[in-house]
Amino acid sequence: MLCRKLLGRCALRKGEVTLQNVRTAAHFTYLPQTPNPALGDTTKLNMFQSINNAMDIAMEKDSSAVLFGEDVAFGGVFRCSLGLQDKYGSARVFNTPLTEQGIIGFGIGVAAAGTTAIAEIQFADYIFPGFDQLVNEAAKYRYRSGNEYNCGGLTVRAPWGAVGHGALYHSQSPEAFFAHCPGLKVVIPRGPTQAKGLLLSCIRDQNPCIFFEPKILYRIAAEEVPVTDYTIPLSQAEVLREGSDVTMIGWGTVVHVLLEVAQMAHDELGVSCEVIDLQTIMPYDSETIEKSVKKTGKAMVVHEAPLTQGFGAELAARLQEECFLHLEAPIQRVTGWDTPFPYIYEPFYLPDKWRCFDTVKKLVDYM
Amino acid sequence: MSYRLVRRLNSSCVRCVSSSLSRTTEKARHPGSKTNFTHEIQFLNPQELPAIPTFRVLDNHGNIKTEEAPKISDDDLVEIYKKMSLLSKMDKILLQSQRQGRISFYMTCSGEEAAVIGSAAALKDVDTVFTQYREVGVYLWRGFTLQDVMHQCFSTHKDNTKGRQMPIHYSAKKLNIQCVSSTLGTQVPNAVGYAYSNKIKGIEAVTVTYFGEGAASEGDVHAAMNMAAVLKCPTLFICRNNGYAISTTTADQYAGDGIAVRAIGYGMRCLRVDGNDLFAVHRAVFEARALAIENSCPVLIELMTYRVGHHSTSDDSSAYRSIDEVNYWNKEDSPVGRLGLYLMKHKLWDSEREQAYAKECRKDIMGAFNLAESSLKPSPYLVFDDVYDTHSTQLARQRSSLEEHLKSYGEHYNLNEYDV
Repeated sequence: MLCRKLLGRCALRKGEVTLQNVRTAAHFTYLPQTPNPALGDTTKLNMFQSINNAMDIAMEKDSSAVLFGEDVAFGGVFRCSLGLQDKYGSARVFNTPLTEQGIIGFGIGVAAAGTTAIAEIQFADYIFPGFDQLVNEAAKYRYRSGNEYNCGGLTVRAPWGAVGHGALYHSQSPEAFFAHCPGLKVVIPRGPTQAKGLLLSCIRDQNPCIFFEPKILYRIAAEEVPVTDYTIPLSQAEVLREGSDVTMIGWGTVVHVLLEVAQMAHDELGVSCEVIDLQTIMPYDSETIEKSVKKTGKAMVVHEAPLTQGFGAELAARLQEECFLHLEAPIQRVTGWDTPFPYIYEPFYLPDKWRCFDTVKKLVDYM
Repeated sequence: MSYRLVRRLNSSCVRCVSSSLSRTTEKARHPGSKTNFTHEIQFLNPQELPAIPTFRVLDNHGNIKTEEAPKISDDDLVEIYKKMSLLSKMDKILLQSQRQGRISFYMTCSGEEAAVIGSAAALKDVDTVFTQYREVGVYLWRGFTLQDVMHQCFSTHKDNTKGRQMPIHYSAKKLNIQCVSSTLGTQVPNAVGYAYSNKIKGIEAVTVTYFGEGAASEGDVHAAMNMAAVLKCPTLFICRNNGYAISTTTADQYAGDGIAVRAIGYGMRCLRVDGNDLFAVHRAVFEARALAIENSCPVLIELMTYRVGHHSTSDDSSAYRSIDEVNYWNKEDSPVGRLGLYLMKHKLWDSEREQAYAKECRKDIMGAFNLAESSLKPSPYLVFDDVYDTHSTQLARQRSSLEEHLKSYGEHYNLNEYDV
C-alpha cells in the first residue's frame, strides 16, 4: 500500500500535480473569522465538528429531538453525527433505510407529532426524491390546515456545493428550487461559526428548514468557535466587509471567493467592495442588500448554481425593483453555466475569483 | 368489547411453498441472509401460490357466518348503522349540490361506508389518523359535525382550515385527525414518523393511515412500509381496495396479489378483509390495533370494497365501466344494506325507524348546508397567514400591496361576500 502511494506520487511529480492535490485543491482560501468575544470561551472546530456540536447542544437541551438518515449511526459519511448515537442512544439517533422520500416523509410525521426532527440527506444532489414531501407536505402543512397542524420541528440537513471533484451528483446547489416554495426556509452557512449558530436557529425555528452545508468547508474551514449555546438569527444577511463602490452578494463557499476578490479590487483597482453573506436564502433579508445597493449603485450576485433561474435572478429582480434609480450599471450575476455540474471542467465552471474580479471591473467601467 | 385475539399469521402460503424446497443444514452467512442453502433450483412463482383469502363474517343477506358472535353491543351497532346511513345520505346531497353549481367539487365514498366507519369505530380517540380523501366517515364517527363538513365545503369564515383548500380537504385537530392533502400516498410515511414519535414517548396508541389501491403504487407508500417494519413503528396501514383509481382498474394497477401480500415482503403482518362487511372490518382493525401496540409493529389491512360512485364530481365513470357492474354492487353487496339486513333480522331496526331517520338526516343535512351556503367567506387577508409561524417581511409587503389594490379596485371583487 505504502509503495503504491509513493510510486503514485513519484510518477505524478513530473507534472507538478500530486495525488493529494487532485482531491483537495480548493478554488479559494478559507480565512478563519475572529470569534465574538461576547460569546465567551472558544475552541478550534472545523465545520463538521461545529455542526456536530450544534446537534449535540440541541439534543441535550431538547430531550425529544431525534436525528436520522442514512449512515448517521456510525457518525455519518462526513462525520457530522460522530458520537451522537453513543451519547443519546439508538432510539434518538438512528439509521434509516435508503430512501430520501421516506426519510423526509417520516421526518414530517415526527415533527407533526411535536418531536424535533433532524433529517440528514446524504447529498443535496439526492434530495429530489423527497421534493414532493418538502414542497407539497412540509411547506404547506401549517397553511392548508388553517394552522391546526404544523411540522415546524423539522430540519433537513444536506451537504451542498462544489467540492473539487464531485461532478454532476456530488456538487449541486439546489437552493433555487426550494426558495420558490412558500413555507420552507433555506439556510446556508459560510463557515463553522455560522454553521453552529444557524443550525441551532433552524432546529429551534418553528418552520420546516433546509440547511445546506458547503461540503468543501467541512474539513478545511476551521476556526475558534464559541463553545456556548448561541444562535444566529434567520432571515438576516451579514455585511462582512463594508465598501462604497460595488455590492457583492453571495452565500456559502463563494463568500470567501468574494472576500478575496474584494481585497484584489482594493489593491489592484482601488475599488471599495461591500461583501454581503445572505445566509438565509428564504425568506431573505432584502432590506440589507437594498440598503447596500442604494449606497453603491453597482451590484453583483454570485452563486455556484446555474445562471438561469438561479437565486441570483430573484435578487436581481428585487434589487432593480427597489433600487432602480440608484443603479449605475445592470446587476451582474456570476454563476455556474447553464450546464450540469461537470467533472474535469470544474475550474472553468465555477464562478471563481478571476470571473468575479473581471465582473467588478465591468461594473466600475460601465458608465 | 373484546375478541379472542388472533396471533397466527393469516398468510402462510409463501411459507408453505418455500418449505417444500429441500434445505441443507448449512446456514448462509451473508449479512443480508436469513436462511439456509438449498441445492434445488426452483423459482418461486406467485402464479402458483394461493392468493391471500378474504376475511368475512357477514354474508350478503345479513347472516353471520362465523361461530363466534360479533362482540359489538346492539346499541353500538345501531349507532354505527346510523352513521353509515347518514354518510351515504350526506354524500348524495353534496354530490347533487355540486351538480347544481353550489359547491365546486365533491368526492363520495358510496359503497365504502363499512370500510371507513367500521374501521373508525374499532380505533380509540388517542389513535392519530392520516386519511387520503375518501374517509370523511372517520371524521363523522369521531364527532365532526355536518356543520363542520359544510363550512369546509363552502369555505366559509367558520371553516377551521380558513378556506385554504378545495372541498373535502378536512382537518380535525380536536378529533386527532390530520389534514387531507390531495397528493396521493404522501400521508403514509408521515403516519410512520408520527407513530415513531409516539413510540419513543411511550404513548400507547397506533397511528392509522388510509390509502387506496392506486395510491399504494406510489413510492412514498413503499418507502413508508419498509421504514415502519424496520423501525418498528406501531402503524396501521389501511388500504381501501375499491377496484378503481379513477378509471384505472386493478388489472392496470398491479400484477401481484393485491396490496396485502406486499406486507410479507416488508416483513410485516397483513390481513385481507371484506371491506363491505362491517363486522369483519371492525374485528380486523380491533385486532390489528392490539397486535401493533403489543408488538410495536406495523400491520397492513387490505379492505376489499367497491367504489360505487364516480371518482369525484370531475369524473363520469360510465365512460369506463358498465352500469350493470355498479348496480350489482349497489344492490347486492352494499355495506349499508348488509348491515341493515342484519339489524332487521335481529329486530334492532325496522322500516318505520328507517323512514323517520331518513327524514331526520335530510333535515339535519339541509340545515347545515343552508347555513354554510349563506355564510360569509373568510377575509382575503387570510391568504397571507400561516405560510410561516410569523409573517416574513416579503409577505408583509405583499399583504400591503393587496390592501392598496383593494382600496382602488375593491368594487370588482364581491367583497360583501367576505368577512372583511
